[in-house]
Formats: sequence, C-alpha cells, structure tokens
Amino acid sequence: MLVLEGCSYRYAGAARPSLRDVSLTLRDGEVLGVVGKSEAGKSTLCLVASGLAPRTLGGTLSGRVLIDGADTAGRAMHEMATEVAIGFQNPGTQLSGVATTVYEEVAFGPMNLGISREEVLRRTEASIDALAIRALTQRDPQRISGGQQQLVAIAGLLALAPRHLILDEPTAQLDPAGTRLVSDAIERLAAAGASILVVEQKVDLLAGICHRVLAVDEGRVTLEGAAAAVLGDPTLHALGVAEPSTVRLRRLGSEAGVSGQAIEGALALATSRPSRGTDA
Amino acid sequence: MPELNLEGLVHVYREGGVREGGVRAVDGVDLRIGPGERLAIIGQNGSGKSTLVRHLNGLLRPTAGRVLVDGVDAARVTVAQLARSVGLVFQDPDRQIFAGSVLAEVEYGPRNLGHRGQKLRSAVETALAAVGLEREARTNPYDLGASRRKLLALASVLAMETAVLVLDEPTTGQDERGVERVRAVIEDAHRDGRTVIAISHDMRFVAEGFERIVVMRAGRIVLDGSPEQVFRRDSWSTLESTFLEPPLAAVIGERLALGSTPTDASLIRALARSSA
Repeated sequence: MLVLEGCSYRYAGAARPSLRDVSLTLRDGEVLGVVGKSEAGKSTLCLVASGLAPRTLGGTLSGRVLIDGADTAGRAMHEMATEVAIGFQNPGTQLSGVATTVYEEVAFGPMNLGISREEVLRRTEASIDALAIRALTQRDPQRISGGQQQLVAIAGLLALAPRHLILDEPTAQLDPAGTRLVSDAIERLAAAGASILVVEQKVDLLAGICHRVLAVDEGRVTLEGAAAAVLGDPTLHALGVAEPSTVRLRRLGSEAGVSGQAIEGALALATSRPSRGTDA
Repeated sequence: MPELNLEGLVHVYREGGVREGGVRAVDGVDLRIGPGERLAIIGQNGSGKSTLVRHLNGLLRPTAGRVLVDGVDAARVTVAQLARSVGLVFQDPDRQIFAGSVLAEVEYGPRNLGHRGQKLRSAVETALAAVGLEREARTNPYDLGASRRKLLALASVLAMETAVLVLDEPTTGQDERGVERVRAVIEDAHRDGRTVIAISHDMRFVAEGFERIVVMRAGRIVLDGSPEQVFRRDSWSTLESTFLEPPLAAVIGERLALGSTPTDASLIRALARSSA
C-alpha cells in the first residue's frame, strides 16, 4: 500500500508548487486512474509517488509518502526503487541506453535486483510474451518504432515484478492492440496484488481497468471516486478532460434529439468490439 | 502546390551485426497524394508509418523506389531544399527542440528559409497563436510540459509555411483542448490549400478530420479510401490483421444496419433518421 499524506511539491527554481496538499491511498491490488488537463500536476504526482521527487530531481516536498504504513522520508532512491517502479511518459527516457538488444533491455531491470539468473530469465520471457514483443527481441532498442519502444519499456517494468507501479501515459503511442496488451497486463498485475497508479488521456481505457479515478487540477485533487462516476462528471469535461465514448454519445444524441431509448440500444451494441471475434 | 508520388518505395534498416539482411520497414509502397489532400496513415506499431513519411522530406533515402515531390526526384535535391515544401513534425518533440526559448525555436525554421523582418515576425506570431503559445515566447522550452513541447514542435514547423505538412502522431499526450488545437491547425492548413499528412492511432481523430485514410501492415498499404470505406464492415478483418479497430461509432452503425458511420456525428444523424 502506497499512501500520500498532504503532499505539496515545488520543483527547484519554480515560483509555485506543482502539487498542492495531495492525499491519496493506493491499496494492494488496486488500479487507480488519474486524469486532468495538460500540466495539471499528473506527471508531478507520479514523480512524487515514485520517490524521484525530490530525491533525484531536487525541489521541495512537504507531507509524507508512506509504504505499508512506514514513512519513506529517510530512504535512498535505490531503496525506494525496489518498492515502487515508474514508467515515464516518453519511452525514450525510460530505456537504459546500455542494452544492445530488446531482450537485454527487458532483462536490465531484474538483473539489477540481485535475483537469480533463472528468475531474471523467467521474468524476462514472461514480460516479452505479455506484450507480444517476441519478434523484436534481437533488435536494437534505439532503432525500433516509438510505439515498440513503449511496449519494450513497459515489458522492462513488468519484469521488475513491482509491488507498486506508477505509469505516466503508458499507451500514448500504442495502437489499439498494444493498448489492450498493456491494459491486460495492468489488470493481471493488480490481480496478483500489486497496486498501480495510471495517468492516461485515454478515458475509455481507464473506465475499463480502474477501481477508482481521481482528477487533478492546478496541482490539487478535485474529484475522487468510482471510475464511472468521476469520468462521467460534467465538471471534468469542462476542465478539458475528454469524456468516455458512452458519455459523449449520450450527450450528442440528446443534443440532436435522439431518444434515450435509441441511444441506449445503440450503446448496448457497442460493448463488444469486433476484434474480440464477435463479428468474425 | 506540390503533388507527392511514392513509386515502389522500399526502406531497409541495416542493423550492424544484429541480424543479416536488415529490417524491411517499408516494403514496396505506391502512393499518390494530390495537392491539398488530407491524408491519415494508420497501422500497428512498427508497420512502417514513420519510416514512410520520413522519406517525404528527405530525412531517409529510399533503399529502392522513388519519392517525387512535384515531379522532382527527392533523392536529387538536398534536405534543405525539400524543407521549403515539406515540413515534418516528429512524434517525440524532444528530438526536434534545441533552442533556449520558444521564440528562438519557432524562428529557426523560417530564418533558415531566409525570412527576415515583418515576414519572419508574422510567420512566428501566427504559428505561436495557432498552438496557443503566444504568451510563452520567452519561456525555455524545457519549462513547458510534454504536451506543450509537442505543440511547440508543431509551431516551429508551421512557421515555415510549407505547402505540405506531415504530422507524426500529433495528438498523443494532448488533453481534449490540445487535440482541439491540433484539429484546428489541420483545418486551417487545409483551408489554405496545404497538403496535410498525419500518422495517428486515434481512430476517432482520423475518421473526423481526414478525407482519406491509408492503412499500413508490415510495410505495405492494405487499405486506401475514405473513412466510410476504410471503417465499413467489409474492411474490419483487414483492420484486425494490422491490430486496428474501427471507431466505436462505426461499430454501432454497422451493427444497427445504419450503413458506414465512422464519426459520432454521422452515427447520431443516422440514429436520428432511423428513430424519427
């Protein structure tokens, strides 16, 4: 369990804090979504929750970050990293830069955990299969496409088998199939007891996998609750966060005078998508 | 306004020692893009989309085949010459941004094209306003968040006022308003008669904003048509073969036998008609 208690954070040299009095609880086995417009503080929240801010980034943090009830203030970054893994928004930033093949890249994290060679290989293989990147294993991680780099970066995170995982827009560059592989992997990891915080612009994805969602604006948590309730909240749309598809279609239908019954009938047909085989 | 012609385009990445033969990222593409077209390229990660568009401004040279810009073989002109007609915005803005201020970043392109004085100022102001960064001229690009750095990269190419605008995943990392800005930029460029080519994984975005969609799989084009054609039920198995899904509106429309309704607006219209 990862808890933030009244956390405020100001980047070094910044005039104002980017995070203001944020409290949240990320329970074991829970997927918590975070939404908000650009520069609302979502990425900063990820950096604070992972311990990188302020340990690596400098700046000023007030409030407490607790893991399983224990304050982490005295822990060094390498100690935090064994408890919390973070996936950055830009996969190019995530890659180690030292691996010459995708296989080595995925294995890089667990190799540095001091676990047995057999366990490193087992986790590497499982992560490669989970994200369907087997065909890339002998490629140079710097010379694959942006979306492929994102899958490789996430495979590297899965191979760490983290108890807490922070993901900052993990599917931004992914095609729909890659997006589904990542969301399935998140659900499996949570089912195995890990706690996962996901920042995403893809609200339909969050609606599908999150137990709870919180909205951030100007560094503060403005809404928090069950995924459907928060994502469907009209104030969120006014803040510049996209509506889930079902919410949007209901709104457009009602604006165009289409009966509620016709819209609900249509949405009922939308729950299964063709590539899951229903129209094959 | 130039016409773009790809003739038998092949691009093979050689990876030193990793594997023999290299990776055939683009594997024989014939594509004609007329002046003023709005064309979206979709396809699974690694299907060759970014590799293909990097030939349009000469960043990559074909392994085989040709790229003709207005009838001229792109291999026979310099990247600097091509940059006058084809502007390319990268997927990752941090591969593009290098200047110490937003203003310097956006000025760089038009300056290199020889623009000075009022012409330079006006190109820069228009581009910054288009992406909503007009009040950040003195800001260091790295003090902007990732989504605004991406809009800055877009502005720096807009300021070159090229006849062809190529956008590699312009909406990733953008919130709803950022996506609206990108849409508006494309609308404006289209209204000015410029050609817009965009790569995207956002099916709703491509269905709503582009008249023509090209679908790539393993370095080849497997579908080429209007959103109505590309997202109709007949195409679903082909889309699925490159790990794509039609937009939600298209799925609903086909299941209700309302025809091909790739956009929310077309679905809602069809629903209104059928329930009236």
